[in-house]
Amino acid sequence: MTHAVEIRDLHKYFGDNEVLKGIDFTVEPGQVVCVIGPSGSGKSTLLRCVNMLEVPTKGQVFINGAELTDPDADIDAARRHVGMVFQQFNLFPHLTALQNVMIAQQRVLGRGKNEAEIIARENLNKVGVAEKCDAYPGQLSGGQQQRVAIARALAMNPDLMLFDEPTSALDPELVGDVLTVMRKLAEEGMTMLVVTHEMGFAREVADRVVFMDGGVIVEDGEPSKVIGNPSHERTRTFLHRVLHPEG
Amino acid sequence: MDGRRSGLDAVTHLLTMADTPISAEPARSGLSPRKRRQISLGVQYAVFVAVLVAVAMLADWPKIAENFFNGPVAAGMFPTLFTVALKNTLIFTLAGYAIGFVLGLVLALMRLSSVAPYRVVALVYIEIFRGLPALIIFLLLGFGLPIAFPGFSLPGDVYGTVALALGLVAAAYMAESFRAGIQAVPKGQMEAARSLGMKPTRAMISIILPQAIRIVIPPLTNELILLFKDSSLVFTLGVTAATTELTKFGSDTTIDQANSTPLIVAGATYLLITIPLGIVVRRLEARQGRKR
Ligand SMILES: Nc1ncnc2c1ncn2[C@@H]1O[C@H](COP(=O)(O)OP(=O)(O)OP(=O)(O)O)[C@@H](O)[C@H]1O
Ligand SMILES: [Mg+2]
Repeated sequence: MTHAVEIRDLHKYFGDNEVLKGIDFTVEPGQVVCVIGPSGSGKSTLLRCVNMLEVPTKGQVFINGAELTDPDADIDAARRHVGMVFQQFNLFPHLTALQNVMIAQQRVLGRGKNEAEIIARENLNKVGVAEKCDAYPGQLSGGQQQRVAIARALAMNPDLMLFDEPTSALDPELVGDVLTVMRKLAEEGMTMLVVTHEMGFAREVADRVVFMDGGVIVEDGEPSKVIGNPSHERTRTFLHRVLHPEG
Repeated sequence: MDGRRSGLDAVTHLLTMADTPISAEPARSGLSPRKRRQISLGVQYAVFVAVLVAVAMLADWPKIAENFFNGPVAAGMFPTLFTVALKNTLIFTLAGYAIGFVLGLVLALMRLSSVAPYRVVALVYIEIFRGLPALIIFLLLGFGLPIAFPGFSLPGDVYGTVALALGLVAAAYMAESFRAGIQAVPKGQMEAARSLGMKPTRAMISIILPQAIRIVIPPLTNELILLFKDSSLVFTLGVTAATTELTKFGSDTTIDQANSTPLIVAGATYLLITIPLGIVVRRLEARQGRKR
C-alpha cells in the first residue's frame, strides 16, 4: 500500500538555522495525524514542506507514492491533490466567498463556470456558510472565513488536507464551528495532517499524534499514549504547560 | 473654581506656546497668557488686513482686469478651447497613460522577477527615465529620431510621439508604484494561490495584481495628474492648429491678442480637471487609510 504522505530524513535550514533536523514519518490514507509541539519547534515548516511551500534542504517527500522532492516533479500538479488551510485563512479579499471557492476550480482544474459554482455551493453548504456566498471575506467572522477557506480547499477534491493551526487566530467562541467541520471531514475518511494546540480535538479525532520539539519528532503514536501517557519528559512538560496554562 | 480656571489657562497656554514662553505665572510681564494670546492674534489679523488693503489700493485693477481677465478675449477662445485644445490634451494624456500603465506593469514584474538580467534592465530603465527631464525625452523622440532615421515617423505622428514620450516617462514612475503595490499584498495570498495548484503567473494575474492595483489607485491617479500637465511639453515639437493643446493654444492666443487672458483661461481649464482628480485621490487615500 502506498502511503498518503511519506517523509524521509527531512532537513530544512533557514540560512544557518537548522529548523528540521531529520524527520521521518508517514501518514496512511484515511488517517488523521495531529502534530503538536512548542512554538518554534518546526511544525509549520514541516507542514509547508509537505506541499513544497518550503523547499526542503535535504531529504525526500512523497505524496501518494510520487516524489515531490524530485527536481523533475510537477509540483503544481501535485498540489492540486493537497488542500491547505492556513492559520490566517488567506482568503482572497477581492473575491466573494463563492468566487474564492470557484477560482482555482476554473483556473486550475479548467471546470466550467456552472460546474464550478455548483461544486462551490455544495462545499460552502457542507461547511455551514451557504448563506454567505456573496459576502466578501472582510464581511465575515474569523470562523466563517476559515470555513470558506476549508471549502475552497475541498472544492479541488484533495486526497489530503493540511491544516496549520486552523483555529489559533479565532475567538474562542468560534473555534467550535471550525472543529466541527474538521471532525466531519475526518469521519468521512479524509486524510488529514493537522498542526494544532487543541488537545481535545487531537485526543478524540486523531489516529496518531506526533510531538515535535527542536526540529525533531520526539514521540509518535496513538493519542491515548502520546497525550494520555507520554514516555518522554519533554512531552510531559509541554502537555503540562498546554493543559494547565495558569500553573 | 479658581484652581480649575488656572488649569484651563495652562492648557491654552501649552497649545499656544509657539507665541508665548512657557510660564505658569501670568504676572511676569504684567499680562495674562490669555491676554497675550489675544494680542498676538490681533496683530496677525491686522497685518493680513493691512497687506490686503495695500494690494487693493496700489494695484492697477482696471489694467489687471483688461490684461488678465478680459471677457471678450476669453469668449473668443470658445469653443476651440474645448473642442480642440482640451480634447488634444486629453488624448495625449490618456494615450501616454495607457502606454505608461502597460510598460510600468511589465517593468514592475521584471523588477520582481527571479531572473537577474530582467531585474537589472528594469532598474536601469527606471533610474534613467525617472532622472531625466521629460523635455529631453520629448526632444529625443521628436527631433532625435527623425534626424537619425530620415523619413521615420512614429505611428500617429505627433500623437504617437507625444503618447510614447509621456508613456516612457510615466512607466518609470508607475513601475515603482506597481512594485510597491505588489509587495504590499500579504505573502499568504501567493501561498494560498500556489497551494491550490496555481502556477506563479496565474496566481499573479488572478490573485496578486487585482489586489495590488487597488492599492496603487491613488498614486496612479496622481501620475495621471502629472501627465496631464506634462502633455504641455508637446509645444516643443511644433504643433499645428489641429494638434494644438491647452498650453500651446493659450500662449498662441495670448501672443495673437497681445493679452494674457488666454493663459489664465488655459490654466483654469487644467485646474478644472486636476482639482477634482486631486480630491478623488485624497478621498481614496482616506478610505484606504481607514481600512488599514
Ligand atoms: N521563512 C523563514 N525564514 C527564516 N526563519 C524561519 C522562517 N520560517 C520559520 N523560521 C524559523 O523556523 C523555526 C520554526 O518555525 P515554525 O514556524 O516551523 O515553528 P512552529 O512550530 O510552527 O511554531 P508556532 O507554534 O509558533 O507556529 C522558528 O525558529 C522560525 O523563526
Ligand atoms: Mg506554526
